[in-house]
Amino acid sequence: MPSRILKKRSLIPGQTSELVLDAPHIAAKAKPGNFVILRVSENGERIPLTIADTDKKAGTITIVYLVLGKTTAQLETLKEGDDILDLCGPLGKDTDIHKYDGPVICVGGGTGIAAMHHIAKGHHMAGNHVIAIIGARTKDLLLFEKELKRFCPEVLVSTDDGSYGHKGLVTEILEARLKADPTIGEVVAVGPVPMMAAVARTTKPFGVKTVVSLNSIMVDGIGMCGACRVSVGGKTQFACVDGPEFDGQLVDFKELSSRLSAFKAMEQISYEEFKKSHVCKCSH
Amino acid sequence: MSANAPTEKKKGKAVPRTAMPEQPASVRVTNFNEVTLGYTPEMALTEANRCIQCKKPLCVKGCPVEINIPGFIKKIVEGDLHESYKVLRETNSLPAVCGRVCPQETQCEGSCIMGKKGEPVAIGRLERFVADTFMASDACEQLTGTHACSLEHEGLKVACIGAGPSSLTVAGYLSSLGIKVHVYEALHELGGVLIYGIPEFRLPKEIVRKEIEAMKAQGVEFHTNWVGGKTITVQDLIDQGFNAVFIGVGAGLPKFLRVPGENLIGVFSANEYLTRVNLGRAYTFPAVDTPAYTGKNVAVFGAGNVAMDAARTAKRLGADRVMIVYRRSEKEMPARLEELHHAKDEGIELMCLNAPVELIGDEKGWLKTLTVQKMMLGEPDESGRCSPIACDGQFCDIPCDMAIIAVGTGSNPLMTNSTPGLELNKWGYITVNEDTGETSIPNVFAGGDIVTGAATVISAMGAGRRAAKEIARRLLG
Ligand SMILES: Cc1cc2nc3c(=O)[nH]c(=O)nc-3n(C[C@H](O)[C@H](O)[C@H](O)COP(=O)(O)OP(=O)(O)OC[C@H]3O[C@@H](n4cnc5c(N)ncnc54)[C@H](O)[C@@H]3O)c2cc1C
Ligand SMILES: Cc1cc2nc3c(=O)[nH]c(=O)nc-3n(C[C@H](O)[C@H](O)[C@H](O)COP(=O)(O)OP(=O)(O)OC[C@H]3O[C@@H](n4cnc5c(N)ncnc54)[C@H](O)[C@@H]3O)c2cc1C
Ligand code: SF4
Ligand code: SF4
Ligand code: FES
Repeated sequence: MPSRILKKRSLIPGQTSELVLDAPHIAAKAKPGNFVILRVSENGERIPLTIADTDKKAGTITIVYLVLGKTTAQLETLKEGDDILDLCGPLGKDTDIHKYDGPVICVGGGTGIAAMHHIAKGHHMAGNHVIAIIGARTKDLLLFEKELKRFCPEVLVSTDDGSYGHKGLVTEILEARLKADPTIGEVVAVGPVPMMAAVARTTKPFGVKTVVSLNSIMVDGIGMCGACRVSVGGKTQFACVDGPEFDGQLVDFKELSSRLSAFKAMEQISYEEFKKSHVCKCSH
Repeated sequence: MSANAPTEKKKGKAVPRTAMPEQPASVRVTNFNEVTLGYTPEMALTEANRCIQCKKPLCVKGCPVEINIPGFIKKIVEGDLHESYKVLRETNSLPAVCGRVCPQETQCEGSCIMGKKGEPVAIGRLERFVADTFMASDACEQLTGTHACSLEHEGLKVACIGAGPSSLTVAGYLSSLGIKVHVYEALHELGGVLIYGIPEFRLPKEIVRKEIEAMKAQGVEFHTNWVGGKTITVQDLIDQGFNAVFIGVGAGLPKFLRVPGENLIGVFSANEYLTRVNLGRAYTFPAVDTPAYTGKNVAVFGAGNVAMDAARTAKRLGADRVMIVYRRSEKEMPARLEELHHAKDEGIELMCLNAPVELIGDEKGWLKTLTVQKMMLGEPDESGRCSPIACDGQFCDIPCDMAIIAVGTGSNPLMTNSTPGLELNKWGYITVNEDTGETSIPNVFAGGDIVTGAATVISAMGAGRRAAKEIARRLLG
């Protein structure tokens, strides 16, 4: 069933946008941690995107994407009032949310910040004190700081080049925080695979529960193909139905990175053909 | 009825079974067009005349939906294909599909009297011939003579979850009785395994689409991208006032081998590989965006229809060598006979009595080598097939850059786990009343692979029909 784009906001011009979609049946069920699978055109690929926010009253969901290849580039060409051909969800397990005595730290990197937002909001709604730690290469690439500030008492920022907040990595802020506060209940990390792996390494000596949200390649998203399989604690799990969130200490990040490159050559062909046939209005 | 005469004349005479025209193997491995081309009217008439119109037709007993086989064949002989089609549609809502994919040798044709001494009547091919002839025109009009097929029973509605053959049968049956049916399908296309599993070269997707169009004309409403248990639950449907719910979500959980190296790049479940190629139409990449990776040396594990489909698909996508690696011998292979023959003609190698023990990759995580172990056959097991026994120390390394695992599927818990009170057996399949198809929840029915485990199109349809009859009985009295 097609879904109408009600609002579009460019977060990083030509690179990352936020869409608010009319999808009452998905909004009614969506919980933090869930994602959708969408298809932009008749010949398009099914791709998963996290539900970054929901408004149950308005019947809308919010997605945020980074333009990385053909499908996301094609998504970026759509405007308010356009339809997304196929939108399926909510998929994946809900985030396991408890009330903790101590704070919950939610770490986000790149586009993962938007995905983390819904999880952080869930923890806040459950009465947790949520500390957000977000990072990007440079100030202009930082997302959702304002949105997180609405409910997080603390939003800590790092940039690789020091243009804003702490100069360095999110894991440096995280480590300092874990050292200073032994009551931290849980750490959640959403972002690029190397970042999630680094977060898991950082929390390990502290023995704090660490949840990561995995972005393996998916096809159906309902547990029928096994494309999304990941090794967790030596066991094969399907990220789309057993996850996408798993215990960061048990995930085989090396295998995940390698499997993400399985179709690199073909993805490049798709993207190049698309760029040739489509004069990109966004690159300047 | 002079056209009837040849049937009588030919009684007892050994006229050979009419061969099916097909694309030559060397040509068809380069395309995804249908392999078998279908009978011409002349061929169909010749073949139809081989049927001796048994008084007590054994063939009908072999068909899970009990098609009036002599009846529809007689109409071919009489030259009335329209009537023939009607006879088929009385019990089978997808004749063009069944004519192509039923394992006829163990069903209708396996029971045909003509097969006792010679070759059975080619029932499946005739069924396909009639259905294909009529597919061309509006099915609704053909059946009723009008465009608006059915009257609605105000206020009655039934929901089906999943849009495979079992649900489609329920929808076709009930809508022809004027009951509103809503079908909720998780994927973006309708048809279940007929769309995402069975390849184009064996079952053109156009045929499935046409059958579905006919159901839409009959008033069935289809909702794609709705996931049972996620977007909508059985309880939601009951709360929305549906009088009955049918669960036909198939057995789509791919099994893996649990051998080392199974998560290397280049190792696929057959479901993933076939879904990419069929649902995603990856065989036309880069015209479409879904990629499918193709190896040079491809090993397929398993020897059922799924394995044959995966092997023949890999061959068409350009693999140099495709091997079916199977623990038992050719005799035990569960695939349809025709598929096995077609695969062999197309140059698929059978590596029988071998079991995969390890998949070995390079430093980047890409599959490079397959280690197999020799097997021998022991005593028959409970399934009646000889069980394979590993030969100590007999291992062999084979260059292999792509492996497809087609060793069966299990029950996908997504739907069943989200339905409290739904009784499952120890393998996670739904338990139903065998006569009615009803589950442990009143007015909630189930059928097809989610009840029996992976089976056949026609048995899923048989289950759909059983449930639909019961639903109709309860709703219409
Ligand atoms: C559960 C989940 C949630 C995600 N949430 C977000 C999100 O909120 N925002 C966001 O920007 N991205 C998200 N992603 C990643 C997103 O799906 C990919 O960036 C997208 O598929 C890229 O498609 P493309 O055609 O534009 O690029 P391509 O050129 O096709 O691929 C670029 C890279 O994206 C990955 N990828 C490609 N196809 C798929 C696929 N079918 N499924 C998963 N990954 C794929 C591969 O690593 C690939 O190398 C999520 C992924 C998962 C699994
Ligand atoms: C590759 C392959 C080849 C085969 N070849 C043959 C053959 O030659 N002859 C033969 O007789 N049989 C064959 N079979 C078996 C046959 O296709 C199945 O037995 C039959 O399709 C089962 O029908 P079904 O209605 O139970 O389910 P399916 O056809 O599996 O359909 C189930 C549908 O439900 C959908 N679904 C799943 N979960 C949900 C959910 N939670 N919510 C909503 N929808 C959901 C699925 O996407 C699917 O569309 C083959 C199977 C495969 C995989
Ligand atoms: S439906 Fe299948 S089993 Fe029945 S007659 Fe047709 S081909 Fe034979
Ligand atoms: S058993 Fe064979 S010969 Fe007899 S009616 Fe059936 S198809 Fe015809
Ligand atoms: S995406 Fe197919 S099983 Fe997860």
